Formats: sequence, structure tokens, C-alpha cells
Amino acid sequence: MEPARAAEGLVPEAKSLRFWDRLGIKTKQAVWAWIFLALPIAFYVGIRFYPTAQAFWLSLTDWNLLRTPRFIGLENYAKMFADPVFWKVFQNTFLYLILGTPISLVLAFFIAWHLDRVRFMHGFIRALYFLPFLTTAAAMGWVWRWFYQPLPIGAINGFLSWLGLAQQPFLRSTTQALPAVLVPAIWAGLGFQIIIFLAGLRAIPQTYYEAARIDGLGEWAILRKITLPLLKPTTVFLVVFSSIGFLRIFDQVYNMTTNDPGGPLNATKPLVLMIYQTAFSSYQMGYAAAQTVILFTILLIVSLIQLYVMREKT
Amino acid sequence: MSAGLEASGRLIRPGRILAWTLLFIGGLIMATPLLYMFSTSLKTSGQVYDLRLIPADPTLKNYVEVLKDGRFLRWFLNSMLIATAVTLSNLIFDSLVGYTLAKFRFRGRALVFIAILSTLMIPTEMLVIPWYLMSSQFGWLDSYWGIMFPGMMSAFGAFLMKQFFETVPDDFLEAARVDGLSEFAIWWRIAMPMVAPALSALAIFSFLGNWTAFFWPLIVTTSRDLYTLPVGISSFSAESSIRWEMIMTGAALGTIPTLILFLLLQRYIVRGVMLAGLKG
Repeated sequence: MEPARAAEGLVPEAKSLRFWDRLGIKTKQAVWAWIFLALPIAFYVGIRFYPTAQAFWLSLTDWNLLRTPRFIGLENYAKMFADPVFWKVFQNTFLYLILGTPISLVLAFFIAWHLDRVRFMHGFIRALYFLPFLTTAAAMGWVWRWFYQPLPIGAINGFLSWLGLAQQPFLRSTTQALPAVLVPAIWAGLGFQIIIFLAGLRAIPQTYYEAARIDGLGEWAILRKITLPLLKPTTVFLVVFSSIGFLRIFDQVYNMTTNDPGGPLNATKPLVLMIYQTAFSSYQMGYAAAQTVILFTILLIVSLIQLYVMREKT
Repeated sequence: MSAGLEASGRLIRPGRILAWTLLFIGGLIMATPLLYMFSTSLKTSGQVYDLRLIPADPTLKNYVEVLKDGRFLRWFLNSMLIATAVTLSNLIFDSLVGYTLAKFRFRGRALVFIAILSTLMIPTEMLVIPWYLMSSQFGWLDSYWGIMFPGMMSAFGAFLMKQFFETVPDDFLEAARVDGLSEFAIWWRIAMPMVAPALSALAIFSFLGNWTAFFWPLIVTTSRDLYTLPVGISSFSAESSIRWEMIMTGAALGTIPTLILFLLLQRYIVRGVMLAGLKG
């Protein structure tokens, strides 16, 4: 009886063992791969792909949180394209992009190029440039806002009056407000770009420079003929990375214009702030979803341009 | 450094001095907002109009007042908890995905990789409305989980980790397999320690990103007690709109933790940013 029982108990286990053992190494690997990927796939489907599809669907409805979404075709898009505020916002978003990206990248490259040759206090100077990257935009937005205040509070106007120059309205002016909001955004991102440029510069083999010097090339020629071409992958990465950042600007604008978000007179309002207000202040979820589809399209175009430029290079 | 550079370095040229001076001044300008923030946080409301950088009569009164209120501490702890939990989740799951995609051969691998990578193109702003709907259906609004769930895994992290796991030699993993280690143990005990620099880079990015995150926490939280530090600072500042010294104190309290972290881990942070930027 005893051995029989033992044998009985063994059989199913042995069978399953044999089944697992019979699988080839490749099949076993595949089984493990899918076990490891099960939870991540559920996450990416449930928290990324499904919501994306849902955003597209909602953009075709009149959903407003209260009643069930009703299909209205392209009405939201028609409404958006007929809305002058949308075009103002569209223009602002591109202003952030076409001012922010070139200014910050030229500055960052210039600083990194010089910083790369500096040995004395290199780490300390690098840290000074990098520190703003670690700050919270929600907090620093308020610091900059205070800087921009009129006298007697604002430090910048204080400095201007000390120099004997005229006072500036900054955030209260419809023309100066957007650049005034852009400055802290550039300020906060510059350190990251400098560090990436520094890494890119270090990756260029010294032998190239030595060969160029032996050939008698000047500093300017070396920069133009060796440094910049070899730095292209880094530059393309930073152009796309910071373009996407400027197209999605929100934290600075929201915190620097809280009493009239995106003001004065929508002069600083970017697309993301418009989306936020449409969705979570007026609860026009369907309309807001249509705006997010536009943002998605713009970002997609920027990414595709990157892919195209990178392919051309290799 | 090459001999050529050292030779030219010995000869101190005026151009070099000028470049160094300009870089230094530029660095000071970069630090000015932070310096003024700390300076003003040490002033009384009467001294705010005095624009001198060094306060005439520095006081910690503002800090005492802000911290006594208790809300800041709560927001600080919320942010700490959320950023830590999300970072741990990213370290585990992003590396699991990266490892599997780098080291396993199976049908559908390329498809999974491309699918995950393609989510990088989807902006958060597009997802917040469906996330909000999802959160309200599942009762996640105004909860820690509601703030955390969208960031539990990241395609950027998975991609970064895949790049690094590809540099781990297969022989090590095979040897462990022959020794009878389970696949799970091979990943956790053999492969993970070999990509420690990448893990620290990912940890820094993930923590910093979640510590400063503003958009989604602003949307998903409504009760003060659940605010993260950035959302808390923003609402606190909007309410005390005239009291600049208090606003600067709040902003300083939000900045001090990352500054301390930076001073302690400067080398790792800079290296991590470089690693992630070049590989990512």
C-alpha cells in the first residue's frame, strides 16, 4: 500500500516535469519571455494604447462628464478651427517652439563648447548651469513671477531703474508676457542640454582634433568641419527633445499667470493650457480630446522629421 | 588629456581667461533666481522691498511659520512616497522588459519592442482625459494610486535598460542556467547587478521626473491632503498672492530636497544624465 500511494503521488508531478522538460530550449525561452512580459503588456495596452484610442473616439463626441458621450462626427474640430482663441493658442505654441529651441540650443552649445576646455573650477561652473534643471517648475515659476513684478517689488525692474532704464511691464503686457514666460523655461532646461552637449563633445576622439591641427586648421575651421558634423546625432536628439518640451509647455505658464491663466488676453496661453481649461475648468471633455489630437499630430510630425533627418545621416 | 592641450594650457592666454570669466558670470546669472529665492525666504515682510541679495537681518521665521502649518510636511511626504514608489516600480518593470527584449529570442519580440517604443510618441496630455475617466470609474480619483498609476512603467526606461542589457555577455547567463538557477533568479541576481550604472541613471531620472511632476497630479487630486509638493506649492502661492516672502519660502522648501540630493550625488546625476541622453 505504502509504495503504491507514493507512486500515485509521484505520477502527476513526474508527468508535468516531463512535459516541461520535453519543451525545447527555444520554447522554454518563449514561455518565460511571455511570463516576464505579461504585466508590462497589460500596462501598455491598458494605460497607453487603449486610452489613446479612447482619446480619438472622445474627440468625435460631445462628452461633458455628465451625460453619456454622443457621436457628433467632426463637429469639435470644426468648432476648434473656427475659434480665434485656438489660432491664437496655436500661434503661441509655435512661438514657444521657434524662439525656445534655437535660443536654448545655441546658448547651450556655446556654453558647453567653452566649458569643455575649462579645467579650473570645471565641476563648480557646470553645477551652476545644471542646478536649475533640478528645480520644480511650479516653484520656480513663482520666483520668476516675483522677479517680473513692477517696482518696488520686482528685482528686474529694480535693476533697470538702478541702471536708469525705463520700467517694463513684463507679465502685464500682451507682447512681453510670452518671452517673459519663455525665459524661465529656457533657464530650467539649459543645464540638461549643456550636459548632453558635453557628453557628445567628449565622445569625439581627440585624434581627429590632433590630425586637424597638424593639417593646420584653425579653431573656427575645426569647429565647423569636425565638431559640428560629428555632433549631429547629439544635436538632432536635443532639437527634438527640446522642441517637444516647448510644444508641451504648461507648468511655467500656469504658475506665472494663475490669476488669469494664459493671460493677459491669451497672450501666453499654450495648447496644453487650453486643453487643461477646456477639460477641467469647463468640462468639455470631447472638445478637449479633439485639442489633444491636434497636439498629438504636431508632436508626431516633429518625431517623424527626426527619424527622417537621422536616416539621411547614416 | 593630450600633450598638445597641456602644452597650450601652460601658456595662459587672455582668450582663455576671458572665456572662463564669461562662463563664470553666466553661471552666477543661472544661480541668481535660486539665490534670490533663498535670500527672500530669510527676510521679513517689511524687508521684501529691499532688493539686496544678503538679507540685512536674516530670520528663519518664515520657515517656522510655513512648517508649523503642517501642510507642507504632508505634501513633502506625499511627494516622497509617490516618487519613491514609482521609481521602484520603474526600476523593476522597465528592466524586466528591457532584459526580456534584449536577452530572449521568441516570436513577436520585435513587435513588442516596437509597440512599447511607439508609446513614446503619445503625449501625456492626450491620455489625461481617458485616465481621468478611468480613475473616476475605478474610484482612483484623489488617491495615491491615482497619482501613481500612469507612471508605473516607462517606455523610455525599458528602452534604456534594453540598450544596457544587450552589453551583458550571454555566457554569464548561460553559465547560471547550467547551474540550475531559475530564469527569474538569472535576471534578478546575475543580470541586474551588471547594469547597476544604468539602474542608477534610471532611478535618478524617474525620481526627478516624478518629484517635479505637475500636470497629472494637479488634475487627479482635489483634496489638499493628497497634493504633491509642486501642486501644494502652486496652490499655496496662489492663495497668499501678496506675501512674497512666504511664497519664496515655499519654493525654497520645494527646492532644498533636490539640491541636497544633487550635492550628495552630483557625479552620479551628471553621469546618469549623460548616459541616458546618449543611449536614449
